[in-house]
Amino acid sequence: MTPLLSAKHLSIQFGGLRAVHDFNLDLSTGELVGLIGPNGAGKTTVFNMLTGVYEPTEGTIELDNGRGGVENIAGLPPHKITRRGLARTFQNIRLFKSMTVWENVAVARHFLVPYNLPQALLRLPPFGKAEADIRREIQDLLTIFKIDGKAEWRAANLPYGEQRKLEIVRALASKPSVLLLDEPAAGMNPQETLELMDLIRFVKDEYKLTVLLIEHDMNLVMGICERLVVLDYGRTIAAGLPAAIRANPVVIKAYLGEDAVHA
Amino acid sequence: MRILKNLALLAGLGGALFAVLLVLISTGIIDDYSLQILCTAGLNIMVALSLNLISGFTGQLALGHAGFLAVGAYSTGILLIAHVPLPLAILGGALITALLGFLIGFPALRLRGDYLAIVTLGVGEIIRVLIINLGDLTGGASGLRNIPGFAHNIMVNNPAAFLWIFPAMFLVVALVANLIQSSQGRALISIREDEVASQAMGVNIFGMKLMSFTVSAFIAGLAGALYAPFIGYLAPGGFDFLRSVFFVIIVVLGGMGSLTGTILSGVGLTFLQEALRTNAKDWSQSVASLFGNAPGGTIDFVPMSQVLFGAILVILMIFRPEGLLGTKELRLTKLFRGAK
Repeated sequence: MTPLLSAKHLSIQFGGLRAVHDFNLDLSTGELVGLIGPNGAGKTTVFNMLTGVYEPTEGTIELDNGRGGVENIAGLPPHKITRRGLARTFQNIRLFKSMTVWENVAVARHFLVPYNLPQALLRLPPFGKAEADIRREIQDLLTIFKIDGKAEWRAANLPYGEQRKLEIVRALASKPSVLLLDEPAAGMNPQETLELMDLIRFVKDEYKLTVLLIEHDMNLVMGICERLVVLDYGRTIAAGLPAAIRANPVVIKAYLGEDAVHA
Repeated sequence: MRILKNLALLAGLGGALFAVLLVLISTGIIDDYSLQILCTAGLNIMVALSLNLISGFTGQLALGHAGFLAVGAYSTGILLIAHVPLPLAILGGALITALLGFLIGFPALRLRGDYLAIVTLGVGEIIRVLIINLGDLTGGASGLRNIPGFAHNIMVNNPAAFLWIFPAMFLVVALVANLIQSSQGRALISIREDEVASQAMGVNIFGMKLMSFTVSAFIAGLAGALYAPFIGYLAPGGFDFLRSVFFVIIVVLGGMGSLTGTILSGVGLTFLQEALRTNAKDWSQSVASLFGNAPGGTIDFVPMSQVLFGAILVILMIFRPEGLLGTKELRLTKLFRGAK
């Protein structure tokens, strides 16, 4: 089976710094893969290349176009990549703070809206029907994630955990096939992290998604990821099953230093 | 349903206000002079709304809207002098300005924040200098004279202008409100909130900014197009940087991202500016007498209006940095909820 998303020989150079070097990753439909590594290893840079924020200096990103072929999405602008089915969340929460919860979600499905600008300006019939559909659809989505009671809240006023959750809901609203989560558990307490793990599993099964996540919380990574890729200084130093990664001396060295391996 | 109720209320109240004003004008309670200020307020509100669309809602600071006003006014003025029928000349002025906005926006909107402000400021000045130097077309520094008015009889030009300007203003308010309360509007606001996230949610931020800027130029151009036959004489000096700043002050005072705030502060500041202009002599005399000087006055209040606007802004930034209404709107339905 051909992979859904396939990054081949991705490299990016910022001036004299090669932030990511020869990164390769195949994601098959329905997989849940973790991208880990020490601080500054280049994990978020990989995300930014996959989602179009950075253009890779070398390499290709092939996405299954659903019609039996593949398309190279490397270097496309972010909105085009999102429209092709890659949605993401951010390490430092980037909600539209002064907009309401439901409006935040509505922005993500703007490109799916069936009416055009003149129809919106003149409030022609397609507008009213589509807006009612959008509201209902978003309300359903918010109900699934149990934040429907706060649909009219300003996003900035949500508690931290729910802001993280809203970022995931917002990403889902663009109807992606691949979901990229950048440190979803950052700043969460152990209880919230447990709930988040359930949420990620639920989302993946419910929406038949492929998930790639960056995370530092090893309980979460080992708990839900089916496969791991480890980066250090921009290079892939290991890849494989969580149990194997946990015992890999190269990985332990990268995280804890030389002495830890021999200890 | 809520949208329908809002629309019905807006149309009803707008119509009622319009009817009341018409009665007051025809009975002479609103005299010709007040009517002129009222029309000026209407035009100022239109330009300020267009500026609020690009700066308040889309978050792209533009400092050259006097330039758009000038292009709309001169285009329509030149068309009218060439005997183009009034409705066509007005539409033409607005469309020419929209086209110009599109052409400027194409390169300029790739810039962010402060850089866009500087570019739009520069464009506004370039337009003004071009108008001065294209003497054959624009009348140059001495201005464009003898523009046909809304009415053939100059004595009733102001009431005729009112019949054009107020419906146009209501139309602009309705269209901008409709734009903001649509998916396109939410996309624009999301750009203001966080460009990176907006892009990552599939919003074509450059395309949306360009749309917002073009619509903004169209509305400012429309205001200019109505201004030309209303005032009958155009001079390039009236479209300088301070004019652009005046519109920015209206928007900031009312609240970046509030339509009703812009309308309120548009009316308020137009009347304040006019009061400062006409009463300058009296006030300067009374202030001068306070300090024991002989009547006749040594303080000139005309340039003082800029000082006063500056002071208002400073006070506002200290006590209410988000403007009078912030991003909130005065909602008619809220006003009427108690009555039911």
